[in-house]
Amino acid sequence: MAIELKMPALSPTMEEGTLAKWLVKEGDTVSAGDVLAEIETDKATMEFESIDEGVVGKILVEEGAENVKVGTVIAVLAAEGEDVSATAPAAPASGTPDEPAEAETAPAVAAAAEKPASRPRVADPEIPAGTNMANLTVREALRDAMAEEMRLDPRVFVMGEEVAEYQGAYKVTQGLLEEFGPKRVIDTPITEYGFAGIGTGAAMGGLRPIVEFMTFNFAMQAIDHIINSAAKTNYMSGGQMRCPVVFRGPNGAASRVAAQHSQNYAPWYASVPGLIVIAPYDSSDAKGLLKAAIRCDDPVIFLENELVYGNSFEVAQLDDHVLPIGKARIVREGTDVTIVSYSIGVKFALEAAETLAAEGIDAEVIDLRTLRPLDTETILESLAKTNRLVVAEEGWPACSIASEVIAVCMEQGFDHLDAPVMRVCNEDVPLPYAANLEKLALIDAPRIVSAAKKVCYKD
Amino acid sequence: MARASSSSTSKSKRTPVKKPAAKKPASKPAAAGDDFALRSLQDAFEKDKRYKASKEELLGFYEKMLLIRRFEEKAGQLYGLGLIGGFCHLYIGQEAVAVGLQSALEEGKDSVITGYRDHGHMLAYGIDPKVIMAELTGREAGISRGKGGSMHMFSTEHAFYGGHGIVGAQVPLGAGLAFAHQYNEDGGLCMAYFGDGAANQGQVYETFNMAALWNLPIVFVVENNQYAMGTAVARSSAETEFYRRGTAFRIPGLDVNGMDVLEVHQAAKIAVEHVRGGNGPVLMELNTYRYRGHSMSDPAKYRTREEVQGVREKSDPIELAKAELIKLGVEEDTLKDIDKAIRAAVGEAAEFAETSPEPEPSELYTDVLVGDY
Repeated sequence: MAIELKMPALSPTMEEGTLAKWLVKEGDTVSAGDVLAEIETDKATMEFESIDEGVVGKILVEEGAENVKVGTVIAVLAAEGEDVSATAPAAPASGTPDEPAEAETAPAVAAAAEKPASRPRVADPEIPAGTNMANLTVREALRDAMAEEMRLDPRVFVMGEEVAEYQGAYKVTQGLLEEFGPKRVIDTPITEYGFAGIGTGAAMGGLRPIVEFMTFNFAMQAIDHIINSAAKTNYMSGGQMRCPVVFRGPNGAASRVAAQHSQNYAPWYASVPGLIVIAPYDSSDAKGLLKAAIRCDDPVIFLENELVYGNSFEVAQLDDHVLPIGKARIVREGTDVTIVSYSIGVKFALEAAETLAAEGIDAEVIDLRTLRPLDTETILESLAKTNRLVVAEEGWPACSIASEVIAVCMEQGFDHLDAPVMRVCNEDVPLPYAANLEKLALIDAPRIVSAAKKVCYKD
Repeated sequence: MARASSSSTSKSKRTPVKKPAAKKPASKPAAAGDDFALRSLQDAFEKDKRYKASKEELLGFYEKMLLIRRFEEKAGQLYGLGLIGGFCHLYIGQEAVAVGLQSALEEGKDSVITGYRDHGHMLAYGIDPKVIMAELTGREAGISRGKGGSMHMFSTEHAFYGGHGIVGAQVPLGAGLAFAHQYNEDGGLCMAYFGDGAANQGQVYETFNMAALWNLPIVFVVENNQYAMGTAVARSSAETEFYRRGTAFRIPGLDVNGMDVLEVHQAAKIAVEHVRGGNGPVLMELNTYRYRGHSMSDPAKYRTREEVQGVREKSDPIELAKAELIKLGVEEDTLKDIDKAIRAAVGEAAEFAETSPEPEPSELYTDVLVGDY
């Protein structure tokens, strides 16, 4: 059967090209790999190789022809003992591609796709009356969450720098090695890129790794695996490849460790589809959400804060204290202004609310807890009630979680706004070392108070 | 989400055998003993380099290699017609590597992971050419439902874990799979392929260190096809003998002619036996050659046509196997029939890939997350 040789696409963007030179003539016998012609694309001159063997029957597009559309039949190749000169189609006008191929590959109009409807809301489970409440530090709550999940599921293990024999650089994994042994509590070399990849691969292989970064600053060395390997694989595989890994560790500014060790990565990860991003503030949320994260089938970024590790909060003594991912919490109810925050920012927001109360302003404080997916419903409901909103974030202002919350208020809550939404963020500088400068750079309660008064027009 | 959750139950619900944790030695792990010799496996290999395949076995290798060759030629054609988009890296010339190595594995038990030049590894593992070709054309019936394309294909059913587009990323991911084999004590190993280009990535050496330190069941395979895109090995690598690159981590090497499927298979058996015996990782270098450009848009100005034709004429893995088969008494007609059948299968795959529908627009939003939050 005669084989039609068509103008090939030789790059992802090529639509037409110049048939610079024929290197064969009619009647020539060619075999696979022989160069038939030279074709100029927008980027380079490429050699057009024969894939089949046969005899060049008819050349339909002469050399030197410009703007030859991809798909145009440029020559006909005859198989052994076949004569195509008689049966070859008449030379088409230069630049006429095959229509069917074009029509078939026309992309579906993305606008036709409808986003799935929003999901039903899930509330925190009720704590039964009479439940014992214990005071636990955030550090203890995180450790208990891991230990409980490791007892329940043999697939769960912890790996990271100094998590085992050292008992955790910040003592979050204290006691785990003793209880679970070196098979499940694994000290890694200082090699973030490598062990983040191994943890991700182990999750693909069916395990439930908890990968601890000594701090999230060092996860920059590993961010390729977090984004490209962990977050995207389920989508790229059409839902075949699970990656149930938890990356956890302290995030944000610590104390006097300067710019390279003090950064909030929440906005970085929260911008990536395919990831869950959680940043709890108190012990109860730390425990309940870490347990949920470990059980979650999706990759989770779990952002802790070194400065609150030692703070104590009440935790309900339940057999299984698990909280819903994707649900914000109103930590203080109020009617005059909403302060949205997360992680250590909640501490400052609550302090600010106390000050505001003394001045007659009743502030509602929302702890986002999960940053992706963002609980926009809780934010918008509160905005509809207070009509004024401030976002407090221990992090840089540009392209921040605050920016995102403000965009949500503009797009979906505009009619409820009685004042522009304001953000209270760190100063837009690398974090300095000097004590006075560091204090100046970071958010605090007085700045939140001032912003809240501004949106209430009471400054 | 019912579809998404049912397709992976066998993997995600796998529960490892509960056993007391093996005590790791307090100081020196096994890999750090004094018995390390870079060429310990190479010396055994050189005593008998070629696998003695039966006629049936060699026919099996030949058919798989020919299927890859014809499939890739067809993929190149479809790319030329605009039916395949983006980046498309063909495996033509390297067929003996995937076929010779993977035939030494236990399919479904051992895991395989590779980079973006991945079509051949899937075909070598017996994955249906139709769903691979349909992925190349971006159709609903594609193995990744049209969302991955040439570089991102997976089959958890076959324990084939991709298909990764970031050069070198598959190496620690493969070590993670090996970690899971060890953790689950399932007796499996991971074969992690990467190229001579990826061999210069830092994460590869981070992985060598941990794989040796933890005695992971993994075979590292450098497919040295001589060029990292357009950069010849000698222009990018201080040590061009890639099998030696595990020396600092006490990983034994194997230097293999990747154009001879029997030599590849023999070396694979030695490597697999070593790893399965609990002796930790092996690093294999497979010297091979790609006939086509790095990707479809490679003008190939960094090497001469004579060089490519020279390899094709003297060392083609398929021609070599064919000559061997004829020596074993296989008739030319039998081989012609095989070729015909493979061309027909590939033609059918292409037809399927061209006529299958594109994904539904609603597929845009599926598989981003597994859970409902």
